[in-house]
Amino acid sequence: MIYLRLFITFFKIGLFNFGGGYAMISFLQNEVVFKRAWLTTTQFTDLVAISQVTPGPVGINMATYAGYTAVGDVWGSVIATIALCLPSLILLILLGKWLYQHQSSSHIQGVLAGIRPAVVGLIAAAALVLCNRENFVDYKSILFFLVSFILVWTRKAGPILVLVLSACGGILMY
Amino acid sequence: MQKCFSLFYVFAKIGLFTLGGGYAMLPLMEQELVDKRKWLTRADFLDTVALAQAAPGIMAANVAILVGYRRARTWGSICAISGAVLPSFVIILLIAVFFRAYQDNPIVNRLFKGIRPAVVALIAVPVFRLAKTANIGWKTVWIPVAVALLVWLLNVSPVYIILVAGIGGYWYAARRESK
Repeated sequence: MIYLRLFITFFKIGLFNFGGGYAMISFLQNEVVFKRAWLTTTQFTDLVAISQVTPGPVGINMATYAGYTAVGDVWGSVIATIALCLPSLILLILLGKWLYQHQSSSHIQGVLAGIRPAVVGLIAAAALVLCNRENFVDYKSILFFLVSFILVWTRKAGPILVLVLSACGGILMY
Repeated sequence: MQKCFSLFYVFAKIGLFTLGGGYAMLPLMEQELVDKRKWLTRADFLDTVALAQAAPGIMAANVAILVGYRRARTWGSICAISGAVLPSFVIILLIAVFFRAYQDNPIVNRLFKGIRPAVVALIAVPVFRLAKTANIGWKTVWIPVAVALLVWLLNVSPVYIILVAGIGGYWYAARRESK
């Protein structure tokens, strides 16, 4: 039963997630943490971190990890990952040719133009949800946040370097 | 058969050797698919990436599906996406199993105390960066603000947000065209 739930949840995310890995964080949070309570917020934050620093598409990494943590075995990972990829696999096999020709049509561009600003809001919500007591334990956490933000914003460091640095900082300062 | 195997192999290689997610994969994909194997012209590649971004799901997986289909129809798609997914899948699974055993380790704990606020920063930066590229001005800024509040405070499902935003965008474009 939980496998079916898992399948439906990730199929839904695969079907509605426009806007890449960061937007998917918001979907995952809503489904996996809030609705189903398969993961705690702390586990979820760790999942995002680990998915960023490992090779491959971040969305796939998150699904595989979340599937494993939700069920506790490999089949959870298998089902979550397949279910995430299935909607676009079906859609692009059936409609790929048509979409190639019509992707610049005003209707499709209109839909995407509507979705784009909403995606910005979704990512903002994902960040806001994670601003909690579990992730920000003391003033040092705020320091970690600010330094990381500035490094990434000014493009002085990429996400992987920032996570490695903050991991080292965590070991030194706590 | 040969085609399917080479699709699997190429996308597995790209998936294994790129850190930093889908966008970090694009230069390597271009090099492999356009320059080295000549499966696509550069223009085809750009079209494929544009469509992969516009379609729902994982962008890198969508590129694999589309390129696979061009080469060897449905089986080509399945082989290419399996290749793109497999390295991530195996690596993450090993980490998940390992992490479960060590999550109460004090060093791992300290390490993640440093990492967690940094993760929040990583998600916060693209909000401001995307706000620029999505051309959000004073007239449209209410959309991301409203979405963020609905999802953050009222736990509204992002599924509804995407549906409403897509229909709204369609309607707006249709209305502008009819004027």
